[in-house]
Amino acid sequence: MNALLLNKAAKPLVFVLCLLPFAWLVWGIVTNNLGANPAEYLIRATGDWTLRFLCIVLAVTPLRVMTKTPALARFRRMLGLFAYFYVCLHLLSYGLFDKDLDLVEIAKDIAKRPFILVGFSAFVLLTPLAATSFNRAIKALGAKRWQMLHKLVYLIAGLGLLHFFWMRAGKNNFGEPIVYAGIIAVLLGWRVWDALRKARAPARPAAAGRAQLSK
Amino acid sequence: MLIHSRDKGFVHPRSSEITPRGVYEGRRDILKLMATGAAGAALAGWAGREALAGVQPPGKLAALPAAPSQVPGAQTMEKLSDYKDATSYNNFYEFGTDKGDPVKNAHTLKTRPWTVEVEGLVKKPGKYGIEDLIKLSAQEERIYRLRCVEGWSMVIPWVGYSLSELIKKVEPQGGAKFVEFVTLADPKTMPFVGSRVLDWPYAEGLRMDEAMHPLTLLTFGMYGEVLPNQNGAPVRIVVPWKYGFKSAKSIVKIRFVDKEPGTAWNKAAANEYGFYSNVNPNVDHPRWSQATERRIGDGSSLFAKRQKTLIFNGYEAQVGQLYAGMDLKKFY
Repeated sequence: MNALLLNKAAKPLVFVLCLLPFAWLVWGIVTNNLGANPAEYLIRATGDWTLRFLCIVLAVTPLRVMTKTPALARFRRMLGLFAYFYVCLHLLSYGLFDKDLDLVEIAKDIAKRPFILVGFSAFVLLTPLAATSFNRAIKALGAKRWQMLHKLVYLIAGLGLLHFFWMRAGKNNFGEPIVYAGIIAVLLGWRVWDALRKARAPARPAAAGRAQLSK
Repeated sequence: MLIHSRDKGFVHPRSSEITPRGVYEGRRDILKLMATGAAGAALAGWAGREALAGVQPPGKLAALPAAPSQVPGAQTMEKLSDYKDATSYNNFYEFGTDKGDPVKNAHTLKTRPWTVEVEGLVKKPGKYGIEDLIKLSAQEERIYRLRCVEGWSMVIPWVGYSLSELIKKVEPQGGAKFVEFVTLADPKTMPFVGSRVLDWPYAEGLRMDEAMHPLTLLTFGMYGEVLPNQNGAPVRIVVPWKYGFKSAKSIVKIRFVDKEPGTAWNKAAANEYGFYSNVNPNVDHPRWSQATERRIGDGSSLFAKRQKTLIFNGYEAQVGQLYAGMDLKKFY
């Protein structure tokens, strides 16, 4: 598996795969095949794909550790940047189709509607992560600070979920948001569990774990 | 006086523009037919069909012939939404909350036999079989704008007659102040009845003067044919100056009551959906603006701007007086 992931073609292949949803949407626009309300379709589809890429990128570390395939880490940056790519498309679709690119109206809308504010905050918070994704930025920041900064993604995932829940609240239709929440809860829960496991590894496991929890 | 054109009239047309002899001689035959009245007879069927249905039926369901309505406001000249879009982008939660769900799921709805019960404060309560209800008054074609509370709109040619025709027949008692419409709630044929989204059955209501307004349409068809299931077959209400959810679908009960009836969306979120729910660009939904709308299915580009929403959905001239003196921000 590791060898496969280290193959030269692996990265370009993943890159193309990540672009498929985008290509699908462009094809839908060109062939006018996005249903009765293509504007709404594009806004929602780009939002869905942002959330999916957040889930995918958050799955990298747990999968890497559990399956003992360190080569998976090579793809994390690209997957994260694709999450940012889709959130940019999401924001652009909303601004263009919902607000006719009227910046004043967009600003008013962000202030007025909590679910838009939450979604926009998630976008703003994701921006420095995308901006510091290249090697020189990691060096400049120092690995520790860089890692601290990039832990923001946990908060961003939460905000993205809240945005989705709130958007669906009008129809009391939480089926899909619950699925995403479940996936993200498992992915973040694994990190908590992993941290606890490491912390209590040296000495008496149970007591240390409880001490950690009560802090 | 002889007026010379620039080319003095001596330029001959291309041969392709010369009317063939057979055709110009044929014109005389048509003129003769006109003179004898035979053409009138020959064309009556065709002309009559045009008059009965201004809209070309899509040929999907049984035809429901109707004459163009004379009611003021009932014939908007805007471009119709595509039949396909109007029948595949629906809010009908009994068949799922996604707007693509009803067209997929509503085939299970059984629209025959169908009875509408008229009850409550009326002198002549009764049960109407759907066939009798269709024949109760002459079917009219009305082209209305439909504005959804979600911020999109369509233009749809409905077929039906003013609800007031039925109301007059059943003779409301003096105490009847509101009319309540109850939608079928059959978990066997409606897969999402029982989901916790709304309190079933779906119920809607109008004040008596709103219900009596000639624009309030008891609707049996659209695009010259009977209603597709996903659009509320076999009978629904259409109230063009209110947000779409006020227009109850697949109605089984019409009840006359003395108090404002509870309505499905008002019960689900009173601060978001008022009893009146008149289209109003100046009163925002708590979670979004109502100032503009996206027109669906009129062939306009994806990148076309949204259009401004009109007060009472553009029917202010017809219905504005119903709300004279009312604070529309309070009674949203």
